[in-house]
Amino acid sequence: MDQDRRTFLGQTGKLLVLTASAAIAWEHVLAGRPEEAPNYRATDHWWGMAVDIEKCIGCGTCVRACKTENDVPHEAFTFRTWVERYVVDPADYEHPKVESPNGGYDGFHEREVRDPNLKMFYVPKLCNHCAHSPCVQVCPVGATFESQDGVVLVDKSYCLGCRYCVQACPYGCRFIDPRTHTVDKCSLCYHRITKGLTTACCETCPTGARVLADLKDKNDPIHAFLREHKVQVLKPQMATGSKMYYNGLDGSVR
Amino acid sequence: MKPRASDYVHLVRMAGLFAVGITAFLVLRWLMVPADFGELGHYRTGAVPDNMARPIVYAGQAVCVECHADVAELRARGKHVRVACESCHGALAAHASNPDGQKPVRPDPRRTCISCHSANISKPKSFPQVVPEEHAPEGSCAACHAVHNPKIS
Repeated sequence: MDQDRRTFLGQTGKLLVLTASAAIAWEHVLAGRPEEAPNYRATDHWWGMAVDIEKCIGCGTCVRACKTENDVPHEAFTFRTWVERYVVDPADYEHPKVESPNGGYDGFHEREVRDPNLKMFYVPKLCNHCAHSPCVQVCPVGATFESQDGVVLVDKSYCLGCRYCVQACPYGCRFIDPRTHTVDKCSLCYHRITKGLTTACCETCPTGARVLADLKDKNDPIHAFLREHKVQVLKPQMATGSKMYYNGLDGSVR
Repeated sequence: MKPRASDYVHLVRMAGLFAVGITAFLVLRWLMVPADFGELGHYRTGAVPDNMARPIVYAGQAVCVECHADVAELRARGKHVRVACESCHGALAAHASNPDGQKPVRPDPRRTCISCHSANISKPKSFPQVVPEEHAPEGSCAACHAVHNPKIS
């Protein structure tokens, strides 16, 4: 045979590995769950989001969709995403008035005409999926982590409920689930984005004010968005490596 | 001078205690730390598939259009072209997997519209807004506007 041992071993190895992956994928297809086949490679993605404040109308559809999709308890301060309304006196922008009745779940209905000199706008908030997350650094047991595709996830079966991360998050994105007494937060709809869908909030946002972005995908519109807009992340001075890119972010936003 | 046992026996005892302690630590660690902990970082590798396992509740635009292409086409001609079906109709993955068994509820053709188009000083100026009580004090918005292509021509 005109085949040396190295080539033979290499080819046999490839054959075995490929057959095994195909067999696993086929099992899932047979079970009627092709989306669970292991064809998602975490290292091929780097997730973030573009948030356009100039498009947000404060309708609260994202908040409602998030609660439904992720079974978030309907209680005060249990939000994976929420919307804030900023009321800013331009002469004193360091002291904005921020309100978020029920996290913006029911929208903002008050229509009174206020001082026309005030600046008002909505800011949708969620986990910033920081590349260098303060919350991950303080977890004493490794129950929260940055996944290979840049999503900060919680291991609910491993969390002690010690609340260190709740205090460490500079954006206030974490809360204790009153049912399990473990921490909960935005998972960037990890169960959806790994199957080719967008997040529930981005899916339902009627004005396209929030768009999921894969920063490792060269064809993702995020690259044009970042090029063509003056974007900023929240609290850049904290060097958290946030991947929530806000367009039209006012200096008053905390 | 030949060393006597009493010169080093305390060290041997100490070494024994250390050996027992380290062994106990290693055994406990082996028992308590999950096997897949630390493979990718300071976490359980199994936590990633755990996070992926949650059921999907919002089917997504592409799935709706597979059956309701006629509505998508109607919507594509108007201003609501970029509003996803489930923005107004709600979560419909259950309906998508069982179209006849799980019928979706028709959205309220006044409250649904108002939740976006009710005038508010904080909204971007370019967004179309009305004061519902002045614009149409009562009744369905759908009486005048086709909801999927709302412009009255």
